[in-house]
Amino acid sequence: MIVAPENYVALSAVLFTIGVVGVIARRNPLIMLMSIELLFNAANLALVTYARAWVNNVGHIFAFLVITVAAAEAAIGLAIVAVAFRNLPHVDVDDAAVLKG
Amino acid sequence: MITFWILAVLLIASAVFVVTAKKPVYSVVGLLANFLALAATYLELQAEFLAVIQIVVYSGAILILFVFVIALLSSGVKPFEVGPDRAPRIAVPAILFGALVLAGIAATVVGANTAALRGAAGVTGDANAFGSVADFGAALFTTNLLPFEVTALLLMVAVVGVVLIAGDEGPAGIIRRRKRRPIEREPIVKRERAVR
Repeated sequence: MIVAPENYVALSAVLFTIGVVGVIARRNPLIMLMSIELLFNAANLALVTYARAWVNNVGHIFAFLVITVAAAEAAIGLAIVAVAFRNLPHVDVDDAAVLKG
Repeated sequence: MITFWILAVLLIASAVFVVTAKKPVYSVVGLLANFLALAATYLELQAEFLAVIQIVVYSGAILILFVFVIALLSSGVKPFEVGPDRAPRIAVPAILFGALVLAGIAATVVGANTAALRGAAGVTGDANAFGSVADFGAALFTTNLLPFEVTALLLMVAVVGVVLIAGDEGPAGIIRRRKRRPIEREPIVKRERAVR
């Protein structure tokens, strides 16, 4: 029995919402970055679902590019986190309020 | 059908665990479960290559990067401190905003023209079927070659950026040098020699 694409899209929307709540509610930069990965994954799930629905693999290509962007984003984000929180008392984004070296 | 619901429950539960976990390490474990369940979902949707890439790139590379940074940040004298917990105060507005986002997505999707899943385009595992590695590769290296090349440029820029940010010439090195300056060990050594 084939599952309707609407189910997958709904699942993707729910995952995206959980990610958004994570980015807003958490103040730990590492967990915020992980929530951003959840957002990427939710978008990818929607892309793959529509690729399957329209039997067209451009959606797969785009999901592949999104994975690449997510990898670059994670690398740069984690580098910034590692540098920024070396000499701050807490690992908390609210502490990094000044743009001063 | 039953696979979808099992995977959906797994995906949502692990995502909620990622967001609510106390320590980042627990979040990483939740994220790993999420990625594996998502790879299985990709297989359900006949995206074999993406399922493998999901496991290799996400679970293999990105998560390890997260684990390394967590280890790096806790590598001092004591584990890094998380600031005061603001979650209880911000949880309600965040969930309200999340409901708003969900409503927006739902309104957009319901208005869109979703096609029913067309008949199986081929058995998963078939060499030239939809979503197979051959199909994906042919599409990636012919019609979509330019985006693929731009990806290479993007990754190079990311590597240069990371080296610039975290390397010795960037802010990380400046912080390290500034910390090193006040520690002057020279007089202590001299005094020890004088005692001898």
